[in-house]
Amino acid sequence: MSKISKHEFKSNTMPAIVTVGPVAVLLVFLVVVPLILVAVMSFCQTDEYYNVVHKFTAENYRKLVSADYLKIYGQSLLIAFFTTVLCVLIGYPFSYVIARTKSKKKKLLYMLVIIPFWTNSLIRIYGWRSFLGNTGWLNSILMSLHIIDEPISFLYKTGTTVLGMVYCFIPFMVLPLYTAIEKLDGSLLEASSDLGAKPIRTLFEVIIPLTASGIFSGCIMVFIPCLGYFFVSNILGGGNTDMIGNLIERQFKSANNWPLGAALSIILILVTLLLVKCYQKAGGDMDNLGV
Amino acid sequence: MGTIVELTGVNKLYGTNHVVKDLNITVEEGEFLTLLGSSGCGKTTTLRMIAGFEEPTTGSIKVEGESIEEKEPFERNVNTVFQTYALFPHKTIFNNIAYGLKMKKVPKAEIKERVLEMMEMVQLSGFENRYPSQLSGGQKQRVAIARALINRPRVLLLDEPLGALDLKLRKQMQLELKRLQKKLNITFIYVTHDQEEALTMSDRIAIMHDGVVDQLASPTEIYEHPATRFVATFIGETNVYDGCITSITDGIATVTLENGAVRVKCDSSFSILEYATVSVRPEKMRFETKPQDGFELIAIVKDYVYVGSVLKCIVSLPNGNELKIERLAGQELPPIGSVIYPYWAPEDGVLIHNDSYKIFKALDEIKLA
Repeated sequence: MSKISKHEFKSNTMPAIVTVGPVAVLLVFLVVVPLILVAVMSFCQTDEYYNVVHKFTAENYRKLVSADYLKIYGQSLLIAFFTTVLCVLIGYPFSYVIARTKSKKKKLLYMLVIIPFWTNSLIRIYGWRSFLGNTGWLNSILMSLHIIDEPISFLYKTGTTVLGMVYCFIPFMVLPLYTAIEKLDGSLLEASSDLGAKPIRTLFEVIIPLTASGIFSGCIMVFIPCLGYFFVSNILGGGNTDMIGNLIERQFKSANNWPLGAALSIILILVTLLLVKCYQKAGGDMDNLGV
Repeated sequence: MGTIVELTGVNKLYGTNHVVKDLNITVEEGEFLTLLGSSGCGKTTTLRMIAGFEEPTTGSIKVEGESIEEKEPFERNVNTVFQTYALFPHKTIFNNIAYGLKMKKVPKAEIKERVLEMMEMVQLSGFENRYPSQLSGGQKQRVAIARALINRPRVLLLDEPLGALDLKLRKQMQLELKRLQKKLNITFIYVTHDQEEALTMSDRIAIMHDGVVDQLASPTEIYEHPATRFVATFIGETNVYDGCITSITDGIATVTLENGAVRVKCDSSFSILEYATVSVRPEKMRFETKPQDGFELIAIVKDYVYVGSVLKCIVSLPNGNELKIERLAGQELPPIGSVIYPYWAPEDGVLIHNDSYKIFKALDEIKLA
């Protein structure tokens, strides 16, 4: 008896070590250790040449609660919020159409979302820049049609940053929405209509409540990375619409204050974890986030 | 009592697929009408056209004398019980049942009163705050029925509502549905592929086959006087013989089959030299060990099967066709392998026009021309 159980024990654990082992090693060295290093660095000091000095200080965090930084957090949250709202408003009808259509165009419509997703987002954002710039396509067209006399400066506005963000993140909204809407049982919509509900009532009574999990995970998928994105606000916002991501980038590059950048990163990670926790608390499915 | 639903010349095509062909049905008020047929016969499509989920390609659908083809489902005074129940999973049982009234903006107090009354009627009291996922199949079915009935529709459409239930529960629900229908005096249009269910519950049955209503009549009429060969074989067990009418005397036709002549009662719609089918139920079949007057059938006993109070004899004709003959158990029987002479009282058989006859007739006309 004991022999058999010993054998079973072995045969069950060996593959686990083989399969999970390498991943665990990778995770420890590429995620856990760097995170610890970042956390440690966030409590380090710098000398006058901004070299990292391994002496404990909480000064970095104290700096981060100053009014200037708080303003940027607020701005980041605001941009991320508007991006998320716009993504829902644009993504929901679109997802609904592609998920519920029975025509052969379904795949084509789906590809319309997926293909830009495969292209480097940096290139796509530069595309927007050359489209919206003073000598860009949009201004040239408007001027040649004599709708305007001089170019409108579309760039370097908060709205433009939001536009770029929405453009970057819409697939992250559409995919979970699509999954949720496609799962929706068509006979429920028929039942609702049969019981006297006009389409708008069916939308609010049946469709939205039953696809709420998709909306929810889409929002998380958009809101969280949006907070940390820096190149959209860099390229389209031109430094006028700084976000947390820009601050981090600047501390590590031009300002060369790594401990401060590390402290900012830790704050961003904490905010993210907090949001994911809220999502979980509200009954969100972690699988829908791809984690 | 008058006509409540009227389908006139209704056709439905999906691309080139002709699903419902020139349908004409009138449903009387307070009636329990069943659309019966095997899957793909167009019965569900017909129901969905009345509900408004499908639009007829041509033809008109009237409810209470008013054309409704142009109306959306939410504007029609009919309600549907779906095969899959289609209960709202995010709403409690109370809110599921209250849904229709809420949409009609009925005052809250009245909604509560009517929902509780309806829940009592379908024996679901105490389940108000549960969710559909916490109910059994039979309970879900009751919710689906209550949710539709609470709107007091003029017509209730039921699409195989008992299909997902086990046999015992199905029998019980059949009786309950019938009781509700009588009590509330609502017209039921019921779709099923279960012939027994149709026979026990319906006032009238429309047998659909390949998009066409073969016969629309009471269960007894359908069983005793099937209008087509399909109806005869679809409802209950029967023996069918295809042949040609060789003579008609005093309302009795002699039909010559491959295996010899038989006699059967016929009406004036039949004529000599017409191809026709004779249908005789197993319980109407008889046999003797000596030839019978007017019947030239001869057969060999192949097997006996006891089915409770009756005994089923399987006999084989010279061309290999098998016949079923029912006899009361306990009677003396010829041994297996012996020769017998099947027959029936001419009035116990049903003569049916054979569709292929039309083809022969058309061919004859072509030849004559």
